[in-house]
Amino acid sequence: MREITLIEATREALAAAMARDNTIFVVGEGIGPRGGNFNTTTGLYDLYGPERLRDMPISERGFVGMCAGAAMTGSRPIVDFMFVDFILDAMGELINQAAKIQYMSSGRLKMPLILRGCIGIGHSAATHHSGSYFPHFVNIPGFRVVVPTTPYDAKGLFATALVSDDPVIFLEHKSILFHKGAVPEEEYTIPFGQARVARAGQHCTVVAVGAMVGKTLQACERLALAGIEVEVIDPRTLNPLDIQSVLASVHKTGRLLIVDETFQPCGIGAEIAAQVVEQGFDDLDAPVCRLNGAYAPTPYSPTLEAAVVPNVEEIVRAVETLMAA
Amino acid sequence: MSVQPTTDPAPGQIDRSAALEFYRVMLTIRRTEEQLARSHQQGLIHGACHTYVGQEAIAAGVCAHLRPDDAVFSTHRGHGHALAKGVPPRELIAELFGRATGCSRGRGGSMHLFAPEIGMMGTSGIVGPCILQATGAGYSFQLLKTDRVGVAFFGDGAVNNGAFHEGLNLASICRLPVLFVCENNQYATEIAFAYAAGNPQVGMRGSAYGMPGVTLDGNDVVAVYQAAGEAVARARAGGGPTLLECRTYRTRAHAEGMRDVGYRTQEEVDRWKAQDPIARCRTYLLQKQAVAVEALEQIEADVQTTVTEAERFARNSPWPEATTACQHVYSEPAQPASH
Repeated sequence: MREITLIEATREALAAAMARDNTIFVVGEGIGPRGGNFNTTTGLYDLYGPERLRDMPISERGFVGMCAGAAMTGSRPIVDFMFVDFILDAMGELINQAAKIQYMSSGRLKMPLILRGCIGIGHSAATHHSGSYFPHFVNIPGFRVVVPTTPYDAKGLFATALVSDDPVIFLEHKSILFHKGAVPEEEYTIPFGQARVARAGQHCTVVAVGAMVGKTLQACERLALAGIEVEVIDPRTLNPLDIQSVLASVHKTGRLLIVDETFQPCGIGAEIAAQVVEQGFDDLDAPVCRLNGAYAPTPYSPTLEAAVVPNVEEIVRAVETLMAA
Repeated sequence: MSVQPTTDPAPGQIDRSAALEFYRVMLTIRRTEEQLARSHQQGLIHGACHTYVGQEAIAAGVCAHLRPDDAVFSTHRGHGHALAKGVPPRELIAELFGRATGCSRGRGGSMHLFAPEIGMMGTSGIVGPCILQATGAGYSFQLLKTDRVGVAFFGDGAVNNGAFHEGLNLASICRLPVLFVCENNQYATEIAFAYAAGNPQVGMRGSAYGMPGVTLDGNDVVAVYQAAGEAVARARAGGGPTLLECRTYRTRAHAEGMRDVGYRTQEEVDRWKAQDPIARCRTYLLQKQAVAVEALEQIEADVQTTVTEAERFARNSPWPEATTACQHVYSEPAQPASH
């Protein structure tokens, strides 16, 4: 099968949907003729013009609120934030409005709104271009939260987002945007709420999110040399969260570590740990463990930046500690 | 998408039946609000109740130009907009009573009124978002190649908010079919607009965003109707957005049951009460439209009957089932209460 990057994969899904559905439009800064800072819309402006590829002033609250109104009235907007840190200027429009409109209208209005952007630490982007923020959105009823980690998943999950009637937060980690993977040329969808087993194993379960999936798989190679076979679960969507796949794995391994570069308090690891303790306590042979990024803003200097995000060595040590517990 | 021929009269010439309809709509708002104020005192309204008393000419004059497929987005003081857009008084009262028959099925109360089937796309407890959402409706209507319009109603409290700046700018650069209707009632809760605004001439701000801006007497329904008519026609024809500043006054407290002292004088309230938009409309109908007083009395009796029956309907309506409290969080049915 041919191999394409994660960004090319989401662009294929977008292009196919835009060809079929003329209510889809994209807004963002530089998503028009320029094709997006991360090539998210390359080539689409030439096909669909400025009405459907609308460059925006730096006005995040404005165009997010505008797109919420558009989603309520018959179109399917996509907000391309470039860096998802910029979404914070629009939090009121999202949490108080987009997430609540379907409920407050008792299901008579829909909110088919996609909010996409790059997340994650890396490349010395510093603290205003390195956030992930998915725990914030997972906490709010009304949002779907998607964090793809392979080109194949990205295409199928984005295709699902493009036909969803719910607001979808689609978060692409910047360190894997240009990783290549096998992707079919035909269209397909991957349902929300189905985790992927990224590596099978029987000694320990690791749930990893975003770029941590790749680092965990690297750690698994080293652990396997020592005879530790880790099962790696990529949840793919954090809301809905496929806790059943995690429980099934823990039933087999008896041990659980969650690896996530976002902050630990009230994070996705806390949620997964709580649900496993509630529903799978008898399967646990050791306390559930978490490995998170440091509880600090993201610094610029490479030596400082590397110190705030979990690395392969730390994942190896965390698994070894868990196995010894 | 059917395009209806315009029936709007030329400026200065208001069709008599249209003028009588202003009176009926304004009076329906007033009588419904007075009923809600009484119901609030009786404890039948469980949360806030922000009345529209004194501002009725604006909702009536603007909504007279709107079709059910035009989209209205409004603010916390939105009862009048919902009624003028066509929400029956009984569904409004039932909503404030928290009943299943309310326009939001009991999910919203005074500040969250939804009737999307007739283009009432929601009121909001947050000041400002309606401006952006109406802009978005305009985006949809332009993209879908229709002649529908989006309308935002908001108070003077919204125009010092970033949503106003960003929404008007976006509507202007995209030339969207949107009306921005500022109901300048002089106070944001109890903060005087004259204090809160570096430039208190809201209509003048239109030029800052490259769109027509008009300031008018918001207690004169004919003036509102004519200005809104021009703006709606321009929007439908692809001429882009308009900002209307309607100067008006809320004669009751910010919310029912709130103390209404310390920020304005009784003399000021009385001065504005003498400019009551409904009394002025009545005088206009009698003097300029030569309407017989009996015709107005008939409307007054009909409205009172409607409101009385609406209150009874609301009071006798069922409560929403508690088992439905987590429905419609997501579009798909049968979502669990938590993931």
